[in-house]
Amino acid sequence: MAMAESDPNVAGTIPRALAGRRFGDRAFKWFTLLMALTVFVLIVLIGCELADGSHLALRQFGWRFLVSSEWDPVSEQFGALPFVFGTLVSSAIGLIIAVPLSIATAVYLTELAPQWLRQPLTIFIELLAAVPSVILGLWGIFVMVPWLRVHLFPWLKGAFGFLPLFQGPIYGLSMLAGGIIIAIMVLPIITSMSREILRSVPGLQREAAYALGATRWEVTRIAVLSYAKKGLFGAVILGLGRALGETMAVTMVIGNNTQIAASLFAPGNTLASAIANQFAEATGDVYLSALFELGLVLLGVTVLVNAFAQLILKTFAGPSVTPQN
Amino acid sequence: MTAPNHRRRRFKNALMQVFTCVCAVLVTLPLFLVFFYLLKSGIGAVNGHFFTQLPAPPGETGGGMANAIVGTFELLGLAALVGVPVGVLGGVFLSEYGHSRLNWWVRFAADVLNGVPSIIWGMVVYGLIVRHGLGLNLFGAQVGLIDRGYSAWAGGLVLGLMMIPLIMRTSEEVLRLVPNGYREAALALGIAQWRTVVQIVVRTALKGIITGILLALARVAGETAPLIFTAFGNQFWNRSLADPIAALPLQIYYYAIGPYEDWHRQAWAGALVLLLLITVINVSVRVLTRDRFSQRHS
Repeated sequence: MAMAESDPNVAGTIPRALAGRRFGDRAFKWFTLLMALTVFVLIVLIGCELADGSHLALRQFGWRFLVSSEWDPVSEQFGALPFVFGTLVSSAIGLIIAVPLSIATAVYLTELAPQWLRQPLTIFIELLAAVPSVILGLWGIFVMVPWLRVHLFPWLKGAFGFLPLFQGPIYGLSMLAGGIIIAIMVLPIITSMSREILRSVPGLQREAAYALGATRWEVTRIAVLSYAKKGLFGAVILGLGRALGETMAVTMVIGNNTQIAASLFAPGNTLASAIANQFAEATGDVYLSALFELGLVLLGVTVLVNAFAQLILKTFAGPSVTPQN
Repeated sequence: MTAPNHRRRRFKNALMQVFTCVCAVLVTLPLFLVFFYLLKSGIGAVNGHFFTQLPAPPGETGGGMANAIVGTFELLGLAALVGVPVGVLGGVFLSEYGHSRLNWWVRFAADVLNGVPSIIWGMVVYGLIVRHGLGLNLFGAQVGLIDRGYSAWAGGLVLGLMMIPLIMRTSEEVLRLVPNGYREAALALGIAQWRTVVQIVVRTALKGIITGILLALARVAGETAPLIFTAFGNQFWNRSLADPIAALPLQIYYYAIGPYEDWHRQAWAGALVLLLLITVINVSVRVLTRDRFSQRHS
């Protein structure tokens, strides 16, 4: 492989004349190359292992797996539709709650908040991002779900009960609870990503708007938000990728019921929660294989969504904005 | 511009200030709620027994999570053995060598890997090791590396694999901050390039690299889903790395969904300890790198 001496983007480049041609240099370089290439090996490994684990189900059910809503471990009939449905619905709820809140918070952090408040708030958001899923799930089971059951859900039922979304018995553990937990999980991710995007908007943009006599909010709206639109969209898609794959917290509050219900109060299931919940009891080979195929579906969706998000973010900001995790 | 219009614009400005501020409060609210309830419900069960005893048999009260706490550290140690060398050296390649197009693809792949749900990683290592065991076929002779079945090896490996893309990206970033003059000066003295990289460039960026490693460890320390498929959990001490091993997040999960009141108390206590561990790592890393951060903020 040729060294990119003339490439100004590579920090460590040096003129060829100085580069040692000794064995140690070569060996070290090739060794680090090998390490860098492991990311590709890992991607191939993930795909191969999941395909290998699910080949029984792939052969037996074919494409029907994606559209069948039957999930019957006893008669070994498996279809992914209830889980695909649950994943999409819970992620949608999560994003509907999280996107406006996160972007408004990012705007507050970068444009409107007093200087002294910005750093502590940023640290709080980073700490929220560091709370493990299982701890949020524990809090969800014992604090959030009882509160939802007693306060929020009856109120929603009273106020919006004419919609099929808010009808039926209230158990607490439900699709809506899962969606709210997902919202809490993706809030810090979308917020910190959006904050990076807004910070990368050139100051001249703002100054130009101020010079026209705009108020602070008008500067934000005209000069910052419209400039950063594409990048913010990328941040939202990144959040979607995270929402789709969120596992533990969702498993603990969503109720794990394999049925497609119109009501958000009904317990549901997602691809990830089904795998986590049923893995231990998957006795038959076909059952296990079907769970692996759920994983394959989840992998396909999340990799596509993530790759899309990375492409948007990379074309928006170049290498200066790095996705936070 | 008329005066009423001006007043309306001022009003809207103030309104949006308040609205975004309320949103910011709502976003940070879960953090405080979680901390509050963890302290309230967990502090009572955090005592000497919690840190020194094994879990009590089902239905009995008392016991602790000593094995899970030790297990979490063992798993993190194994994970670091896998994730740190691969991640740091990969980052060295991205920053010091490489070709801008290849680098773009490596970075892209690493970012996509960061987005792979943790439960998928668990299934991959389950398929790779737990199900069949990992072996090499050397000249017809089968050499078993890791036996089949749930094991600490598998748990450490899955966390380590998850750390690779995280560490690779942060290492690359801090290595890029090392001024080119350092490299040129070292090379001008006739030092071989690989020694320049190891002894000058990596040493200069060491603090940042360690920061990245600690953050990656804090990130995987709370992972539960991949461990269900690999480390599995254990009610007793782990005698061999080839056996299933307990981990704090796993123990919290099993206890939280279990039927006993005392288990729930223990789950809260375990969650409190785990969150404190992760928060201490996060905060101390931030204090360590405060100089760099304040420069970037101003």
